[in-house]
Amino acid sequence: MAEIKQLETIAAQVRRDIVRMVASAASGHPGGSLGAADVLTALYFDVMDIPQERIAHFDPSGDHGIGEDLFYLSNGHISPLFYSVLARRGYFPIAELGEFRRIGARVQGHPTPAKGLPGVRVASGSLGQGLSVAVGNALAKRLGGDTDHRVFVMMGDGELEEGQIWEAAMFAAARGVDNLVGIVDMNGQQIDGSCDAVMGMGCHKQLRAKWEAFGWIVLDMDGHDMQNIVDTLRYAKNDACGHGKPVVILAKTVMGQGVDFMAGTNEWHGKAPSAEQAGQALAQLPETELGDY
Amino acid sequence: MRHYTITGKKDTRSGFGDAMTELGRTNPDVVALCADLVGSLKLGTFIKEHPDRFFQAGIAEANMISVGAGLALGGKVPFVSTFAAFATGRVYDQIRQSVAYSDTNVKIAASHAGLTLGEDGATHQIMEDIGLMKMLPNMVVINPCDYNQTKAATLAAAAHKGPVYLRFGRPVEPIYTPEDEPFVIGKAVRWSEGGDVTILATGHLMWRAIQAAEILEKEGVSVDLLNIHTIKPLDDEAIIASVRKTGCVVTCEEHMMNGGLGDSVAQLLARNSPAPQEYVAVDDKFGESGTPAELLVKFHLDAPDVVAAARRAMERKK
Repeated sequence: MAEIKQLETIAAQVRRDIVRMVASAASGHPGGSLGAADVLTALYFDVMDIPQERIAHFDPSGDHGIGEDLFYLSNGHISPLFYSVLARRGYFPIAELGEFRRIGARVQGHPTPAKGLPGVRVASGSLGQGLSVAVGNALAKRLGGDTDHRVFVMMGDGELEEGQIWEAAMFAAARGVDNLVGIVDMNGQQIDGSCDAVMGMGCHKQLRAKWEAFGWIVLDMDGHDMQNIVDTLRYAKNDACGHGKPVVILAKTVMGQGVDFMAGTNEWHGKAPSAEQAGQALAQLPETELGDY
Repeated sequence: MRHYTITGKKDTRSGFGDAMTELGRTNPDVVALCADLVGSLKLGTFIKEHPDRFFQAGIAEANMISVGAGLALGGKVPFVSTFAAFATGRVYDQIRQSVAYSDTNVKIAASHAGLTLGEDGATHQIMEDIGLMKMLPNMVVINPCDYNQTKAATLAAAAHKGPVYLRFGRPVEPIYTPEDEPFVIGKAVRWSEGGDVTILATGHLMWRAIQAAEILEKEGVSVDLLNIHTIKPLDDEAIIASVRKTGCVVTCEEHMMNGGLGDSVAQLLARNSPAPQEYVAVDDKFGESGTPAELLVKFHLDAPDVVAAARRAMERKK
């Protein structure tokens, strides 16, 4: 288990990585990546149980992820965050982050196992599929007797507009998949505007009611309070799971968190900062003891 | 013509169901999913014997495909099953991203393909599925011709590592593939050796092609008849060798002309050995209600249509 301070340092360095990767590639999705940085850092550096040799020698077709906690990223466009966390966790060299979105790179625009990037098990980018994949893997874990481990999956709140999410929600509850933790990144923003303006699926309370109505255990989390994140994720994994129902965490976050001019707006969903803007952003995100890639 | 015996009549989907029964007993990793059509897919015995390895997906095919991908990532060999219309067009993006691009070991078991679904009409009679599936990198596309071949193909699909699209149908058809005939993915099955015309047939149209070859041979036409059960990977070598020998070809399938077996063959021959080609396939039309037999006649997919196509192909050689 990591110290909160240590997790905050990692998340701060991850945010720097995100800005530098997107600026260097001159394309990518900084807003959502910055917003979910604290949650994903806590998952990989504290909550998930992953044997070190599985990280050093990633071989999903050999071990099928039995004997470890698993994570799926359904909203694949926040790949800068995913890649930074995976690299800093030790799945692949951090220097490779500099190849983000470049020709021939393993760190493709959206995550894929097709280029052999360690830590990525399935492609995502076309939204709405990750929850179903995670449910399937959770069923495989159950069949394989891997009762001590969980499957985590992150989704965007805009992504909840995809019908397949609710197919998966219905199915997981009906099949009693209780070794699964969904995390909704509730930053309230999507490409065309705020989630409220685009589709108006309702306030936090109404969204909570929707998941509950589908038969899920729903937890709330402050997605930028590291202590609360760690406590909630651990509770989900150790206490909420195993009671015959799937678990979902509604994580309140701010898109673009950490960079003042990117925070709380949909403007930086899929836009790269110029060199000057990147400089301004990085001035707000000082390099940590972990060092830049 | 190869000697054959009709050993009975069954639907190809029963070949799938019986293979699943066998796989249930022999391969503990095989699991099945179905979208509210377990009777149509003949999964009753598998479900009865292995209730823990069957997942009812309900009428929610998109989720079923991606759940299949997740099961495969967890080390299982999932067969996701429904009607071909809902197993392809409805879920193309799920197959594209979670299955083909991710190269997950998912088997898509698609029944009631083509016109011979019959009375339900065009909404259910998909004739674009082979094209949709063969365009996806990593995807193997198999369209077996009778009960025995479907059973063998299902066993071969389970043994193959990677995504497979397995297409079969609703109507009862003659069984003429020997029960013990080995099924090799990507290998054509030779039915007759001849020098005048090549006939390539897949799925239910194989039986019509056999009948056509018998008619033609009585007329003194020497037919090179191959059953192409695997549209992808195509048996390039066998097809090129046959057409180089005969100089013309007829392709037969219960599918659109666009995107089907004929398209694959035309592409292969254009690059290697161009030759006159005639299609027995559906020419850019939706289907309609009717009995399977009526529909095959109306859409020109019957044995006499194969004979006529062979004559046209041979005429074009001159």
